[in-house]
Amino acid sequence: MESSSTDSPHLLLLHEDDNVLVLVQPLRAGDDYTLDGKTYRSALDLGIGHKIARRAIQTGEKVLKYGVPIGSAFTSIRTGDHVHLHNLKSDYLPTYTLDKDHKYAAPSH
Amino acid sequence: MQPLRTDAFLRSDGRKGIRNYILVAYLVECAHHVAREIAWPHKEQGVQVIGFGGCYPNEYSLKMMQQLCTHPNVGAVLLVSLGCEGFDRRSLAREIEQSGRPVKTLIIQKSGGTGATIASGREWIAETLAGLELTPRAPLYIEDLILGTVCGGSDATSGITANPVIGRCMDQLIASGGVGVFEETGELIGCEDMMAERAETPALAEVLRQSVEKAARYYSVMGHGSFAPGNADGGLTTQEEKSMGAYSKSGSSPISGLVKPGDVPSRSGLYLLDVVPDGEVRFGFPNINDSAEIAELIACGSHIVLFSTGRGSVVGSAISPVIKVCANPETYRNMADDMDIDAGSILEHRGTLKDLGEQLFQCTLDVACGRPSKSEALGHQEFVLGYKSFEPIGPSCFPM
Repeated sequence: MESSSTDSPHLLLLHEDDNVLVLVQPLRAGDDYTLDGKTYRSALDLGIGHKIARRAIQTGEKVLKYGVPIGSAFTSIRTGDHVHLHNLKSDYLPTYTLDKDHKYAAPSH
Repeated sequence: MQPLRTDAFLRSDGRKGIRNYILVAYLVECAHHVAREIAWPHKEQGVQVIGFGGCYPNEYSLKMMQQLCTHPNVGAVLLVSLGCEGFDRRSLAREIEQSGRPVKTLIIQKSGGTGATIASGREWIAETLAGLELTPRAPLYIEDLILGTVCGGSDATSGITANPVIGRCMDQLIASGGVGVFEETGELIGCEDMMAERAETPALAEVLRQSVEKAARYYSVMGHGSFAPGNADGGLTTQEEKSMGAYSKSGSSPISGLVKPGDVPSRSGLYLLDVVPDGEVRFGFPNINDSAEIAELIACGSHIVLFSTGRGSVVGSAISPVIKVCANPETYRNMADDMDIDAGSILEHRGTLKDLGEQLFQCTLDVACGRPSKSEALGHQEFVLGYKSFEPIGPSCFPM
């Protein structure tokens, strides 16, 4: 468990094969973070544990965390993007969430 | 080797308890109030309430109640029956009696109703509490201990901090000759191949794989995995991502066997508890909440349950102390009184996985020696038991 040297202290690499990094400090919307020397700006408030793409991920490509697949991208993901329900889906079971009215909601993809 | 303590509670089956609780067990929801009223004045003296709410008989719930009422942390049991429910109270009472524990059954319909039953129940508790002083004592060694582990209120920090910390503690326990039990095959969906590689025998590898396939099938029928909306708020996206985090609680020891609720491992090693019912989907979700899983770990003999939480669960349990390993440093600051271990400190470079693993192992030994865990000191005694059906485990589950 180490952050790669050029990244800001926000991001943690769990396994060298991973194509995502994990936030270990929260980001507010508008906060900057760096990855391989490039600076990115967060569009959202993101808590600890959210994932950021370490490199570009193609549609259909497996997303790797802990060195193993945690699902597939269902849209293309750019380096530095937030990786979550809007671009990553399970290869096993759908992920249900609560919508803005606090109702159980099925995934949209 | 030095014992951890010399005054553990010795039971007739040779198992040793780290607590000597009296259980008041209701055998149908209709008897719950009476049971609670009997126990209430004695709650500071280790008198706890468990029970089964259903009126229809069920083999699983009978086996669970038998194992829980004869758990090494239990010294005596008062059964409270309404009188007309379907629960097989005679078998349960006989099993407890054969274990050498004081047991009494009160039948509300034959005891003059609510008030009279509460009065005679309290009287029995007072007498039995005095008699508990005479429980035989014995030295307790690490190899006498069974630790269960569960996660609840997970977020994306759980799999990075608290779960691997529990994995370290489990490895240390197993290297010292103890027994570890990890569970929830629904939270291992996606980890089946890695897990199968750790099996002690090829036949067990196949059994482990089948248990996860069964869970995936079961959850597909139910339409939901073991993934709550709060998990996604915490940064987790998929079932298999949550699974990988959960899986790390099992550490890296070889897997010695597979058990089902109420099966107690008979030799040291690491065991997977298969909590998903066998056969067609019946009775709803495998476990309706974390407390139902904790009850199953305890029915497999767990003396202590290590509970990993990121979002911040507060639950404890009847019978066995629950140790809270908090994964998220923000949650820890917010709920420190409920948390035993600040595993999220790893994210803030205030501790390493190795340090925290050792801290948790030491905390577990302290709790085994009598120090209350946080949830135990706060009086948490959650207990949930529902309906299920299982086939008995086969010979490949328990390679000798």
